[in-house]
Amino acid sequence: MATLEIHDLHVSVEAENGPREILRGVDLTVKQGETHAIMGPNGSGKSTLAYSLAGHPKYTITGGTVTLDGENVLEMSVDERARAGVFLAMQYPVEVPGVSVSNFLRTSATAVRGEAPKLRTWVKEVKGAMERLQMDPAFAERNVNEGFSGGEKKRHEILQLELLKPKIAILDETDSGLDVDALRIVSEGVNRVRETGEVGTLLITHYTRILRYIKPDFVHVFANGRIAESGGAELADKLEEEGYEAYVTKGGVTA
Amino acid sequence: MADNTPAGSTTDGAIQVGGPKQPIDARVSAPASYDVADFPVPHGREEEWRFTPLERLRGLHDGTAVATGAGVKVEVEAPEGVTVETVGRDDARLGKAGKPVDRVAAQAYSSFEKASVVSIPKETQLTEPVRISVHGEGGVAFGHQVVEVGAFSEAVVVLDHTGDATLAANVEYLLGDGAKLTVVSVQDWDASAVHAAQHTALVGRDASFKSVIVTFGGDLVRLHPRVVYGAPGGEAELYGLYFTDRGQHQEHRLFVDHDTPHCRSNVAYKGALQGKDAHAVWIGDVLIRAEAEGTDTYELNRNLVLTDGARVDSVPNLEIETGEIVGAGHASATGRFEDEQLFYLMARGIPADEARRLVVRGFFAELVQQIGLPDVEERLLAKIEAELGASVA
Repeated sequence: MATLEIHDLHVSVEAENGPREILRGVDLTVKQGETHAIMGPNGSGKSTLAYSLAGHPKYTITGGTVTLDGENVLEMSVDERARAGVFLAMQYPVEVPGVSVSNFLRTSATAVRGEAPKLRTWVKEVKGAMERLQMDPAFAERNVNEGFSGGEKKRHEILQLELLKPKIAILDETDSGLDVDALRIVSEGVNRVRETGEVGTLLITHYTRILRYIKPDFVHVFANGRIAESGGAELADKLEEEGYEAYVTKGGVTA
Repeated sequence: MADNTPAGSTTDGAIQVGGPKQPIDARVSAPASYDVADFPVPHGREEEWRFTPLERLRGLHDGTAVATGAGVKVEVEAPEGVTVETVGRDDARLGKAGKPVDRVAAQAYSSFEKASVVSIPKETQLTEPVRISVHGEGGVAFGHQVVEVGAFSEAVVVLDHTGDATLAANVEYLLGDGAKLTVVSVQDWDASAVHAAQHTALVGRDASFKSVIVTFGGDLVRLHPRVVYGAPGGEAELYGLYFTDRGQHQEHRLFVDHDTPHCRSNVAYKGALQGKDAHAVWIGDVLIRAEAEGTDTYELNRNLVLTDGARVDSVPNLEIETGEIVGAGHASATGRFEDEQLFYLMARGIPADEARRLVVRGFFAELVQQIGLPDVEERLLAKIEAELGASVA
């Protein structure tokens, strides 16, 4: 069973006046089949955790370990992490002009699966996944994220999640900017992947709204660059009522 | 991409409507002429020379370049029905498309000894392309080429430049009424070649001219693709691709002269740049004269900067002297292949070099399709691969 283990992770970014520490000792274990919600105020370091796990060059790991089934993730390049089974659904997916969605998906699936998917089954697979996410087939011929609405970008991220079948899925504020319909469609997509039982999900969010659609097994409150409190789904209800104030005043926001 | 202009590039286009305060023709330092003596020697400050490193023109601009025996070897491979002739300077078919517009083109016109004329008779549909190979043998050469397509004929011509040379040339395309001509000009020179040329098309009534300029090689390439219309109803599509590598200067200066009613033009040039001192220049001048009612024109230039140290100058100019037109527009943008794009693709498992290939191939795809000749397309894609491979190494 795939397990992502984060131990005492410290991460800095380069700021104007030297490096600034953002993650200050994160400990977290995510197992296949589990869903962990990471909640916290703006600037608490949630997104930094997501991007550090994916290997974004902006973030410098200054301490700690991250392993996937015992393999050292921190030593892997960005593409190696993806091929090892780490997937990051981004909050702000970037435009890639000149590259069509269909070309991108196939190139990506070929890289992650280690061989080119058979054309006939692949076309069906993509078509089916797109239908389930209520995406227009014409979408496949558009350039990656170019001119996409906020909702289209998020559906496209979840489409990739469905096709790439990662071991660990990190969803960085996938709910942000979505109206109720889009949130439901995107959440259903995430749930389809979760129901396979083959993915460990790290759901990063500011709001509890998405947790009405995606039920977490664990909720962690992120504050001041580390996990301040962990609990079950009931912790989200408490946050819904009381907000993050208690955590912010305790530790101070790093932003 | 449009709002992401790297340091060291310009995209200062202009649309001028109404009476021309400074018409395109007046911005040049001398009016067009067949005689080199009518042009002053450029010094680099002139509008039409300000982007060009004159010291790398090997004397083509100041009269010091003299033709040598081993200049270029020209071979023409033509399907049946096509006439291929070598003619003297006095042949009546030379110079019909228009006068040379700068000193180097005039130098070529004043200096060539023999010209090549390829004629496709009227009402002929060629099933195979005419292939004109210009192979540099290391010397200095002045060339003149005419391609004449008779009324209602259809032809594809490939002009293929390889080897090493210092070449100044004029190429004329004469399209009869209703003729359709596609020209693919490939600049696949060795790294040391210098090539300056004017390609002028005279488009007849209801005729269609399509040009695809593909520039990869050379130390310095400076081309003037130009279109003039002889009668109403003409149509011109001007496409271009360039891949400007370290130290290379590649300059494309287009001019579409809408002086005739009810003609169309569409321009799309795309370039990728990589390496220190790679310099691409794109000038797109479109003039819609007062008498050219019913004109429809659009021009576009896109540049993709792959590494630091490259420079793009992209200047579209549209001048409109009549309001009675169908449409006119231009667009120019220079973008960087960014770290964020690379990260996004790599985060989906795609290795860095493959990600770069994916983006560059995608960038050029729509223009590569315009070539329509599988062998040229494949060669082009192979070149792109090789250039990208060189950047990773």
